[in-house]
Amino acid sequence: MSEAPARPRRRRGPRLPLPPLPPAFLPQPPPPGSQRGAPQTPLEHAAEAGKSVVDWVDERTSLSGVTRWIMFRKVPKGTNWFYTLGSATMFAFLSQAVTGVFLAMYYRPDASGGAYESVRYISTSVFLGNFVRAMHKWGATVMVVLIFLHMARTFVWGAYKYPRELNWVIGVTLLILTMIMGFTGYLLPFDERSYWATIVGVNINGTGPIIGPYLSDFLRGGPEFNATTLSRFYAIHMLIIPGAIVTLILAHLYLVTKLGTTAPPWLKATPDEPELREEAV
Amino acid sequence: MAPARRQPKSKYTLDRGMPGAFEGETVTRRRFVTGTVHGAGMLMTAGIVLPSVAFALGPIFKNVTLGWQTVGTPNDFPDDNYVPVVITTSPGIGEAGKSTVYIRKRNPAIDTQPPSEYNRWVAITSRCAHLGCSVLWVQAAEHFICPCHGSVFDLEGVRTSGPAPRPLDRFYTRLYNGVVQVGPRYSVNTELRAFSPRDPGEPLDGIGQYAYPSRPSVRKLPGSV
Repeated sequence: MSEAPARPRRRRGPRLPLPPLPPAFLPQPPPPGSQRGAPQTPLEHAAEAGKSVVDWVDERTSLSGVTRWIMFRKVPKGTNWFYTLGSATMFAFLSQAVTGVFLAMYYRPDASGGAYESVRYISTSVFLGNFVRAMHKWGATVMVVLIFLHMARTFVWGAYKYPRELNWVIGVTLLILTMIMGFTGYLLPFDERSYWATIVGVNINGTGPIIGPYLSDFLRGGPEFNATTLSRFYAIHMLIIPGAIVTLILAHLYLVTKLGTTAPPWLKATPDEPELREEAV
Repeated sequence: MAPARRQPKSKYTLDRGMPGAFEGETVTRRRFVTGTVHGAGMLMTAGIVLPSVAFALGPIFKNVTLGWQTVGTPNDFPDDNYVPVVITTSPGIGEAGKSTVYIRKRNPAIDTQPPSEYNRWVAITSRCAHLGCSVLWVQAAEHFICPCHGSVFDLEGVRTSGPAPRPLDRFYTRLYNGVVQVGPRYSVNTELRAFSPRDPGEPLDGIGQYAYPSRPSVRKLPGSV
């Protein structure tokens, strides 16, 4: 065989190779003796049907490119378990979202006693109610802890530096939104602890000069803790903030995918082409 | 060779040879339709967003007044000790809307403010001036003590210890058809000068009265003190 002629060098520089596919995804040669491409066993027929469905969707959406861009991207050398803290935080949020949606099926934001009764009903009478409520309650703490670990990892690694500053800003906004979730969610069981913690918390908000008193009025829906305060907190907790968090998480993930992750700070950068060196002229 | 610079278009439609153009017209049909669609879109967005925001912010500007509540007869309250009375501060939510008020008869030996028809009884709130916990009147110590962060207030409700930035709030009181009634709340600074009711945690001495202005939702009783 003769060697293929060297292709002319493209003017815009070398084309970067596509992200690698895992071996399981690569096309495999058929076993000897079998007819190429024809499904034999029922399992293969089922696989063919699945492929047709995926092809049908992919032909109309080009989702495979997006999926490959998100899932099969390159990660730097030295990537370790600390890099999973962000995903862990997102999983904690998803757990909060799912359990929260189901808690909302039984919860009643009624400040004249109905809220406390509905939470008591969830805890004592609903099948697995105590479990789902405990998931939501303890999951909230887990999420806050994971956020701070994730933030510490980003800080210690120096992963907030150029070009990832915007992702740090989005992350801090997510932290603040999570704190608002914790603050508004704390009132919802409407027991003594919820009530007094909210009184104190709203008054802490009110100690900001000039706008503080108005902020308190906004949070309470009036000058005193009143009938609409609980529904206000409930709406903020289950509608406004979750929507904002989902939106910002998507932006956060987009930037992570676009910019890639950083190598650990203890790894020195190595040049791609070792033969490239500076010549003294 | 660089391409010849394009002649900039005239802003007059007449110069650009557009059909139906007239003298002095500068708005093309494309510009007009674009502007109309953008304007209509903004109008519709504002029509949804502005009422929603006003709906959420409305309570900030709504004045809430509570009527006078009867708390007892004149003989119920001595002038050297407080009697706790439960009043309603937010109607319609049961126990969560109730609050304790400590009341005693005005004692000229202690209370140096000029007497008026609204301070013949001294009614002091149980809401701590620090962050709003419930203070307790401890008769043996003759002080109000807050369990949350340890603020201590004397017989007049003036802070003697702890983190509270101002004295305890008070209520207007009056004699009405032979019974004692409690009216709106008001805040006082360290000299016991009356101000519109503030939230806990907001100082009223010096610059504090300007940094924490009175809000439209609560005003003190007009024409008094």
